[in-house]
Amino acid sequence: MIQLTEAAASEVARLKKNQNKESHFLRLGIEGGGCSGLSYLIKLEETPQEFDEVIDGPKDIRIVIDPKSKVYLDGSTLDYVGGGLMGGGFKFENPNASHSCGCGSSFSA
Amino acid sequence: MNRTVVGIDLGTTHSLVAYRHEDGRVEVLPDREGRLLLPSVVALSRDGVRVGWNARERVNDPETTVIYAAKRLMGRSFEETEAERRHLTYPIVDRNGSPAVPDPFRNRFLTPPEIGALVLRELRSRAEEALSREVTEAVITVPAYFNDAQRQATKDAGSLAGLNVLRIINEPTAAALAYGLGSGKDGLFAVFDLGGGTFDFSLLDIRKGIFEVRATNGDTHLGGEDFDRAIVTEWLGESPKLLSLGERSEVRDLLRKEAERAKIALSSRTEVEVAIPAAGFRTTLTRARMNELVEPFVERALSCVRSALADSGTPPSGVDGVILVGGSTRFLRFKEAVATFFGKPLFDTVDPDLVVAEGAAVQADILSGRRKDLLLLDVTPLSLGIETIGGVTSTLIPRNTTVPAQAKELFTTYVDGQTNVDIHVLQGEREMARDNRSLARFTLSGIPPLPAGTPRIEVTFQIDANGILEVTAREQTTGQMSNVVIHPSYGLGKDDVRTLLKEAFSHAQEDFATRLLVDARTEAQTVINATIRALERVGSDILPDADREAISRQVETLKKAMEGTDGRTVRDETRLLDNLTQPLAERLMNQSISNALSGMALPKEGGSHA
Repeated sequence: MIQLTEAAASEVARLKKNQNKESHFLRLGIEGGGCSGLSYLIKLEETPQEFDEVIDGPKDIRIVIDPKSKVYLDGSTLDYVGGGLMGGGFKFENPNASHSCGCGSSFSA
Repeated sequence: MNRTVVGIDLGTTHSLVAYRHEDGRVEVLPDREGRLLLPSVVALSRDGVRVGWNARERVNDPETTVIYAAKRLMGRSFEETEAERRHLTYPIVDRNGSPAVPDPFRNRFLTPPEIGALVLRELRSRAEEALSREVTEAVITVPAYFNDAQRQATKDAGSLAGLNVLRIINEPTAAALAYGLGSGKDGLFAVFDLGGGTFDFSLLDIRKGIFEVRATNGDTHLGGEDFDRAIVTEWLGESPKLLSLGERSEVRDLLRKEAERAKIALSSRTEVEVAIPAAGFRTTLTRARMNELVEPFVERALSCVRSALADSGTPPSGVDGVILVGGSTRFLRFKEAVATFFGKPLFDTVDPDLVVAEGAAVQADILSGRRKDLLLLDVTPLSLGIETIGGVTSTLIPRNTTVPAQAKELFTTYVDGQTNVDIHVLQGEREMARDNRSLARFTLSGIPPLPAGTPRIEVTFQIDANGILEVTAREQTTGQMSNVVIHPSYGLGKDDVRTLLKEAFSHAQEDFATRLLVDARTEAQTVINATIRALERVGSDILPDADREAISRQVETLKKAMEGTDGRTVRDETRLLDNLTQPLAERLMNQSISNALSGMALPKEGGSHA
């Protein structure tokens, strides 16, 4: 199960509206790379892929995730932290991550 | 819904558009009059802009600017085009360092990409009419020697014409594709491309579906137009009246057209009558005389061929076949010269004017995603990486990455004094190397013997627009290097990708657990090795016996955990050992610093620092 905080959901909804992608899906996932081995993937996509799971989130957000990413992200919460020097951003709270790098965009299981 | 992707040969003198139909038939799309070629000519006059045949008819109209051979200006600066401009009869000016043709009738300047776009737009509407559907995507060919700027300018021309250019491909590659080379037929092929104004020779190495241009050579001013010019010069020499009239550019253009007509006529006849009544000129040109006029050009072409072969260390007999491209290879004298030079079969069954466009259509068809047997995508269908310690896969380029792409990562050795590393290149989504597709293996040797973890080995994955992957491993202190070139999609169909993904997804849970365990064991072993090394080195002055015993006990506990299959336990026990050795590590560090500092004097003033 993956959860979105109120702040994350609002930000996703705002981005969807601003980018005129209101019918898009929110892809969450992992990919190889980053300084701790794996990095998170967050983007808006037009259509889900063949093996994806679609999860209905808050604020009409439909989350898509591939089965492999789901294993790594299970139990995670996507948060959004506004402001700050890096202009704010999404952050995963992932109980499966053993090390995370300072920026929170890279981790290893 | 299938996409309609056309192949376009944007040539110096002529351009064409081709399409591969569902049934596999490749068709060069004709205009309403049934003509396949479109002259790459744009005519600017008071009453409008004409493109193609209509533009070419205007060649003698003093009120019209007739732009031809604009491909020579494509993607180059005004300065770079100096030599070219001398050959062109229309005005070209410097606009912010780039060449441009003034259009006084519309108060504007046309850049080479804009001129190219006019030709492409004409081809596009021709294709839409012939296929009765909208065409918005294309593959466009360029000479193999075109640099990035020239390729980009060609792409820009496509965008200006409302075409999404999926790929720019090399003309020799397209010609080989048109002959079906690359699917099963491997070998080294020579592509002899003699067009209207340019001669390009390429050596194309085709292996397992990879097309690699091994050498190119050519002459950017050698082609059918030169023959025309030689004929014109011959005529000017015959008639003083013509010579004085010939100084006017419109007369020259007329003569050029007549010469071209005579040349074409001579490929089926042995002599031809030429008359230009307006200049009171009448003559006869024989094939034998024309061959004499052309002989210096044959020699020039062959000398390019010789240099290309010499550059790549290939004897003429090392070539498996010669593909003839360009209308001027119809010229019998050329065909004969090429056949004699190589003594190899000539590929000349496809019309040499159409072959590049047809090959572009083959590539376009592949990119449209319609073909199931070939996978040539703009993204990596599966992740690419290498095997690292413990037999796990370390991904460098994740799947669905847009190509071209590059990734770099640093790796190191695992054993003290290790001088070789094996690089095992993998494709797939599984965590363990053994479950992924093995693409290649190579060894980097000559690593200086250093403690484990000290050498820095940089592994670079570079994947080009054609999906060809080059993996390079480089030891950073010595610069020792080793590499391999692979075509990762070779032999990989759509169904295979689907199966592999499905497999990875169904094993996700166990892969995750295995990976966690293997990584934890690797880390544990590294910590144990370092601990044992340290324990051997230090005496009781630094490490009290009680601490030593606690550490040794934890090493045993960790070893036991490593025999189990729970990665998390291994990880937790490793942390505990880490914590126990922390004070020791600090003491060791302090000791080595004070050792390093004691006995060292500060350099005296004026002393040598060397």
